[in-house]
Amino acid sequence: MPSLREIRQRIRSVKNTAKITKAMQMVASSKMRRSQERVEQSRPYADQIRELTARLAAAAASGNDDMAEDLALLKQRPVRNIGIVLISPDRGLCGALPSNINRHAAHTAQDEIHNLEAQGRHPGVSYIAVGKKGRDFVLRTEQNLIAEFTDYGDHPAMDDATAMAHVAVDAFLKGEVDVVYLVYAKYVNTVTQTPTTVQLLPVQPPEHEETAQEHETNEEYIYEPNEQELFKALLPRYVDVQIYQALLENIASQYAAQMISMKNATDNANELVQDLNLTYNKARQAAITTQILEVVSGAAAL
Amino acid sequence: MATRNTLHVEVVTAEHELYNGEAEIVDAPGSEGQLGILPEHAPLLALLGAGPLEIKLHGEDEIIFVSGGFLEVSNNRVTVLADTAEKAEEIDQARAETARRRAEQSLQDARTRSERAEIEAALQRAIFRLKAVELARTRRRR
Repeated sequence: MPSLREIRQRIRSVKNTAKITKAMQMVASSKMRRSQERVEQSRPYADQIRELTARLAAAAASGNDDMAEDLALLKQRPVRNIGIVLISPDRGLCGALPSNINRHAAHTAQDEIHNLEAQGRHPGVSYIAVGKKGRDFVLRTEQNLIAEFTDYGDHPAMDDATAMAHVAVDAFLKGEVDVVYLVYAKYVNTVTQTPTTVQLLPVQPPEHEETAQEHETNEEYIYEPNEQELFKALLPRYVDVQIYQALLENIASQYAAQMISMKNATDNANELVQDLNLTYNKARQAAITTQILEVVSGAAAL
Repeated sequence: MATRNTLHVEVVTAEHELYNGEAEIVDAPGSEGQLGILPEHAPLLALLGAGPLEIKLHGEDEIIFVSGGFLEVSNNRVTVLADTAEKAEEIDQARAETARRRAEQSLQDARTRSERAEIEAALQRAIFRLKAVELARTRRRR
């Protein structure tokens, strides 16, 4: 049985830990809210870019010119090398989220390799790691790392995403990789963040949904300077936007996961304090009982 | 379709929305030259250059400095998707001025051609930002 003093110290230290985790939980929850707002704010732009890409892609597909073929970012190639942009948190203390993302990325690569091996090919895998947790995973498993972006902070600018996209596009155009996937934690709600994979390159333009009004008026767009130039400018932007949104969602996911794991830590600490209090009281009672017995037996001896 | 005398204008960047409202005239810096857009404009999709974007309504002007991006006109809706955008009144004139001077200075020091091109672009942007401020100032005085 530990001494009374030892138990008291233990209780104090656990209480302090609980205070810290409680504070971290509250910080995480406010940061989560702010990062959610940021996801919301980026939505109008992202939606518009998506719609434009869809419209131009539809126009390109219906047109008789070979516009699509001229655009390298759209071109499908036989896959010899797989690229993965792995977006992960920079910091830990967010439960199983980083390992979930990393595992998902590894699965994505594995699935793709299996598919290709069935066709008799043996592709290589390269990573572009965003965030320390993902980078550490790539290094630990001794895989090829093309580039790493760490310390992107809580509110990355569009420029940060552009830089990441640039590396991915560059590797793709140089033929270092033939397909690029984007892996990140999609924010579903506070308790659920799902690791998600989307194909980044070659660009798969979203489906164009023709609105009723559009169909009715059958608008012919004027393109300035021309369709080709516009599409050329738009595609890289579309890639940027996809990465930017994934980055923002990932940050929201990270804080949500951190909030939950800090809440669990606080709950566990409080439970531990209760248990320790019980032990402390028992020990105290035992000590008092012994003392009384000593006094009584001392008196009896007289 | 009844003719309308205003346009609905939205100016957004990846980070946030700068303007969402009505306008009578939109004057935008297209990549090939200035674009004046009035209500009932034909559907248009254009690349943007750098320069002041003017949104006019009831004799009042909102001037936003934009650089790069896309402009779409359809059904009396103007959507500006700018790479970067700042409201003229929020541009720090002193900072823009230093940026211009710095660009001019480094232009003189630049060696390689690509360096020059980059700096020239930066200078162009600085000048346009100053122009936007100037424009906003003169309009307000009137």
